[in-house]
Amino acid sequence: MTETLRTPTAAVRPAAGTSAAGPTRVVPARRRRPGAARRIPLHVFLIAICAIWVVPLVGLIVYSLRTIADSAVSGWWHAFTAPLFTITNYTSAWTTGGIGQALGNSILIAVPTTVITITVCAIGAYTLARMKFRGRIVVLTIAVALLVVPPQLTLVPLLRVFNVLHLTGHIPGVWVYQVGFVVPFGIYLLFGFFRAFPDELIEAASLDGASVPRIFFSIVLPTATPILIALAIIQFMWSWNDLLIPLLFLGGGASVAPTTVQIAGLVQSTGGGLNLLTAAAIVSMIIPVIVTVVLQRYFVRGILGGAVKG
Amino acid sequence: MSSSYFLTLAIGVVAIPAVILAWLFFGERVVRLLPNRRQEPVRAWVWLAFPVVLGGGVLLYPLVQTVVNSFQDKSSQGFVGLANFAWVFSPTVVPVLLNNLIWVVVLPAVTLLLGLVIAGLADRVRYEAVVRTVMILPMAISFSAAAVIWRLMYAYQPKGFAQTGTIDGIVNLLGGTPLAFLSDPKITTWALIAIGVWMSVGTGMLMLSAALKNVDASTLEAARLDGASELGAFWHVAIPQILPTITVVYTTQIIFSLKVFDIVYTMTNGAFNTDVIANRMYAELFRTQQFGHASAIAVLLLVAAIPIVIVNLRQFREERVVA
Repeated sequence: MTETLRTPTAAVRPAAGTSAAGPTRVVPARRRRPGAARRIPLHVFLIAICAIWVVPLVGLIVYSLRTIADSAVSGWWHAFTAPLFTITNYTSAWTTGGIGQALGNSILIAVPTTVITITVCAIGAYTLARMKFRGRIVVLTIAVALLVVPPQLTLVPLLRVFNVLHLTGHIPGVWVYQVGFVVPFGIYLLFGFFRAFPDELIEAASLDGASVPRIFFSIVLPTATPILIALAIIQFMWSWNDLLIPLLFLGGGASVAPTTVQIAGLVQSTGGGLNLLTAAAIVSMIIPVIVTVVLQRYFVRGILGGAVKG
Repeated sequence: MSSSYFLTLAIGVVAIPAVILAWLFFGERVVRLLPNRRQEPVRAWVWLAFPVVLGGGVLLYPLVQTVVNSFQDKSSQGFVGLANFAWVFSPTVVPVLLNNLIWVVVLPAVTLLLGLVIAGLADRVRYEAVVRTVMILPMAISFSAAAVIWRLMYAYQPKGFAQTGTIDGIVNLLGGTPLAFLSDPKITTWALIAIGVWMSVGTGMLMLSAALKNVDASTLEAARLDGASELGAFWHVAIPQILPTITVVYTTQIIFSLKVFDIVYTMTNGAFNTDVIANRMYAELFRTQQFGHASAIAVLLLVAAIPIVIVNLRQFREERVVA
């Protein structure tokens, strides 16, 4: 794993074993197949685990398609014996629940945050990995130390600063917070890649008269695409799913509230019935779930975070 | 969606990154005017301007400020010495600390064990990709949405009434007494930890299964030829080789448990003996406006995380900076 993560040429491919096992993958013949009967407990266990993991999601989906009257008197699984489905919950989530507007706000928060994060972190990580200057080790050490700072620690002082700068209540204020908060992680994730970039390529370009920014953008960055996508997905996911920061820095008004804030507000205001909420929750999950499943191999790289040193 | 919506989007996606890039190219022109040996150090700080201002402004400055506040009174005016820390270890807060300790002990252990078992077993079947996809789904879900999902799982009606919650529905079917998962102080923390496990096993499994793929196959084969069982080979040969990854998974989960907030906040808000450090801190900040208390709790959280920082730092130094 170490080698895979360190050499840029190898890093263009997904890290070994992290890609979906496609037909082309060569599986080393390292295990003898025990008898099929002996493998039954193995399959039972794995299928049971998968069932436990998806049942909560299946319940949510089924519940969101049932009528309010049905959900009140019987569990969602009764829908399989007496099917009666409706999209009322979705229409009311859209009209009275304001989930459409919230979806727009989530995009307006998460997409710029992601783009700016990649830009800032790539520049920061490259500088720390490739340039020699006094204070480099200090900056690196602080960056790693800041990895574990919980967001709550920053709230009081930052709310004061953001109030003075008139950033509270405006979506760009959330960009600033979310980008700043992820900078240490982003640098941590990208650092190893830039560190391992072959010197010869940079020296050759430099002899040809290319400037440092030119080398960075046209030679180094293109090879870093997979790791940048990994960072982008992690940041997008966090930004999209974050409740605390938008809640505090936007104040919860419906015109700026993203889906997380909107749903948390609905939980408090609707009391008993979960019907509208389940529909709203599903609408809020669609984009991140698609991103996770479709871009899974990049997501895995991001999770590994250069941390695996096998 | 109004035009101001798209204008804001364009500013964030195009204008701001363009300004940052322009800063680099413009800075380069200025740097070129300097004598050769001064160029690189100056360029480095030009490049670091945005990361340092953003990271420093959002994390470092508030960190320092919070440490100062932890020695001040509730509105951050006069200094009160260690009074806030005395309060943190007073009988009102100690139960919260102990409750958080349950998280720190239980969640990382369960997550690691489950992640390891699932990774090890899924490695032996053809549908591994399916298992992996299922396990990472909870990671794509916000805590707000997860709270809705788990309300549905844990919904409770007394015995004799129709159960609408998934788990009590099963309990009912088996003839047991329904459990009040979200309001019985004896079990509520455990019910919340189960949500945490559901959300974090995927991360652990991903990292561990990637590490397992890199275990030297010939060492496993040698163990088997020596007569080791499948389990024995896994335990004595594979586990020692993936120990660094196990450490990473375990420490990541410890940090997650230390600062767990959203699950508790959205499910019970600390009621029924489920309060944890981060939620208590949030309450001190916004319900009672006790900035001194809140800051002291935050500092405690940071101090508890320091050993883990040191482990991370050591790895970072050894494997990255020096290499």
